[in-house]
Amino acid sequence: MSTVVLLLATGLGLGALYFLVASGLSLIYGLMGVLNFAHGSFLTLGAFAGWETARRLGGDSWGSLLLSLLVGAGVGALAAVLTELLLIRRLYERHIEQVLVTVGLALATVALFDGIWGTDAIFVTGPGWFDETTTILGARVPNDRFLLIGVALLVLGGIVAFLRFTRFGLVIRAGVENRSMVTALGIDVRRAFTVVFAIGGAAAGLGGVLASHYFGYVSPQLGGSLLIFAFIVTVIGGLGSLLGAAIASVVVAVLQQMANFYLSGTGDLVVVLLLATVLLVRPSGLMGARA
Amino acid sequence: MSTTTDTHPDTGTPQPAAPAGPTGGARRGAGLPLRLLAVLGLVVLLAVLPLINVSVPGVLPGATYTPGTLQLMALALVFASLALTYHVIFGVAGLLSFGHALYLAIGAYGLGIVLERTDLGLVPAMLLTLLGGAVVALVLGAVGLRVGGISFAMVTLAFAQAGSVLIRRNSDVTGGEEGLRLDTTNVPDAFVGVTDTRNLYWVALVLLVVVFALVTWFERSRAGHVAAATRENELRVRVLGLRPFAVKLLAFVTGSVLAVVVGMVYLLLQSGATPRVASADFTLTILVIVVLGGLGSRWGAVVGGIVYTLLDQRLTTLAASDAVESLPAVLSVPLGEPLFILGTLFILVVLFVPGGLVGLGARLAGARTRAGRPATPAAGEDGP
Repeated sequence: MSTVVLLLATGLGLGALYFLVASGLSLIYGLMGVLNFAHGSFLTLGAFAGWETARRLGGDSWGSLLLSLLVGAGVGALAAVLTELLLIRRLYERHIEQVLVTVGLALATVALFDGIWGTDAIFVTGPGWFDETTTILGARVPNDRFLLIGVALLVLGGIVAFLRFTRFGLVIRAGVENRSMVTALGIDVRRAFTVVFAIGGAAAGLGGVLASHYFGYVSPQLGGSLLIFAFIVTVIGGLGSLLGAAIASVVVAVLQQMANFYLSGTGDLVVVLLLATVLLVRPSGLMGARA
Repeated sequence: MSTTTDTHPDTGTPQPAAPAGPTGGARRGAGLPLRLLAVLGLVVLLAVLPLINVSVPGVLPGATYTPGTLQLMALALVFASLALTYHVIFGVAGLLSFGHALYLAIGAYGLGIVLERTDLGLVPAMLLTLLGGAVVALVLGAVGLRVGGISFAMVTLAFAQAGSVLIRRNSDVTGGEEGLRLDTTNVPDAFVGVTDTRNLYWVALVLLVVVFALVTWFERSRAGHVAAATRENELRVRVLGLRPFAVKLLAFVTGSVLAVVVGMVYLLLQSGATPRVASADFTLTILVIVVLGGLGSRWGAVVGGIVYTLLDQRLTTLAASDAVESLPAVLSVPLGEPLFILGTLFILVVLFVPGGLVGLGARLAGARTRAGRPATPAAGEDGP
């Protein structure tokens, strides 16, 4: 029983990370049709920015953790907005080229991070509370999992509220539904594009700082390894669906942890099998409107 | 309902297979012997390079008969072949696959493992690997092609990632992170050893010529035309009563199986394989090559593969050089990372040079001929 609880908690923590990456990917794809390969770089950049902040302030206080989360989110959002304004916007409506540009950006930035921070993993320290565990139903769950799950829930709630109760949210939701109609009504969707990129970048940057505490290190490869699973989550959840991404994140991460434990480390393969099954049974994903 | 009847006669006129064949053939017919001769000359020139002493400072690390330079040139030819196989999938059929590295890895690792575990000779082992690769391509292609566009990209990425994980995990079979070394017991002596590098270079050249011929044949076949038509407008192809799925699958399997063959030559050339060939980064490298050279063009793929390999090698030398080390950190850090320069170059090509290197060459040539003679308005509009 305690093993199952521990696996569930770890799976939920990992799922929270997947969701922080996948939510941005899904929103950006849903509104603009852009598959953002550079999203992993936003995450890595956020992680490094958070680490640099925490290092300067002394990494073991709550204040520096909070500030590093804010800086990570801010840097992620800034990088995303710059990407949208400088690269994506020039290639409006040319989806393949947009993908290619983000691919080039991902390659170039990972190499740049290698050059700046080195290829080796840098170990991070958090507040002392992170090193302790909390006992739930006999399982000793590491405390950082709770923070991850909490932040992911906050982000989910925040994005849903933003989409539902603000004017920008209305435009974005309408744009996902039918972009040409929104444009025809005289609303400039391009501002919504920038906002969506900012939200996605902020979530990814936040995810980067949290990922560095979950895994215990930062490295230039951090974003790329999470990005592939975030892609899988996005397809399983249904492209463009935020709720689908949330559900799929949890399902994929928990399944991955379970398979890693009970089926001798086959978690990654089981996830790919799940993807193949979903595609065979329901090509549009769990909550996807169109294929 | 009315839209279908409206578009139906419209789709009949630009129907790709029938009218494109004769007109294309007639246009090619005029320049055919000359172009064929030029290509033949190029192949002969490349074939005699290992026998003569040519130095190209700044491009090649040494004279063309030295093993190190031959190894690099052979690698360039292998990358050109690999880019051609990806051209079939992405350039012709328009399928954005992010898992192409998987098939190169199947070729390299498959042949390596078969040679190590069985007593088969080189040729039977290659045939066995080819068969295995074809089955994998058929199954994964059939599953992946249930979705289109970007979803297909992500699905192929996921499959390739599974392959990469399999290779890294099963270290008792694949050598894990260390990589797999070629077991040379059943490999002919002509392909082993540093002094025989030129034999491998010729193998790589033959590979490129064969792959180029096969890809050309596929592109000009009925299936190739339908694949190109599906890339442009799948709905029209379906309206014409053709089956896009079968053609897309055929293009995917053709490109993938050819990549398996390239992977086998890669194994012989490098006398081993590392997990890097199965990684997502490697697929992205192939994508960069194809786009850099010129998307949708066979010569673009070839030029891209050769330029990329040489550039990568040169930039790595540059990164390690004293000139870069002595620069201030703002410059030396980015210049010290070859992938950063290649990535930036790639972004610039996508943004500003849509036709890649080949397109740029054609445009420059077009501008020169237009400047040379009084331009007619029609030619001016036709040019770009």
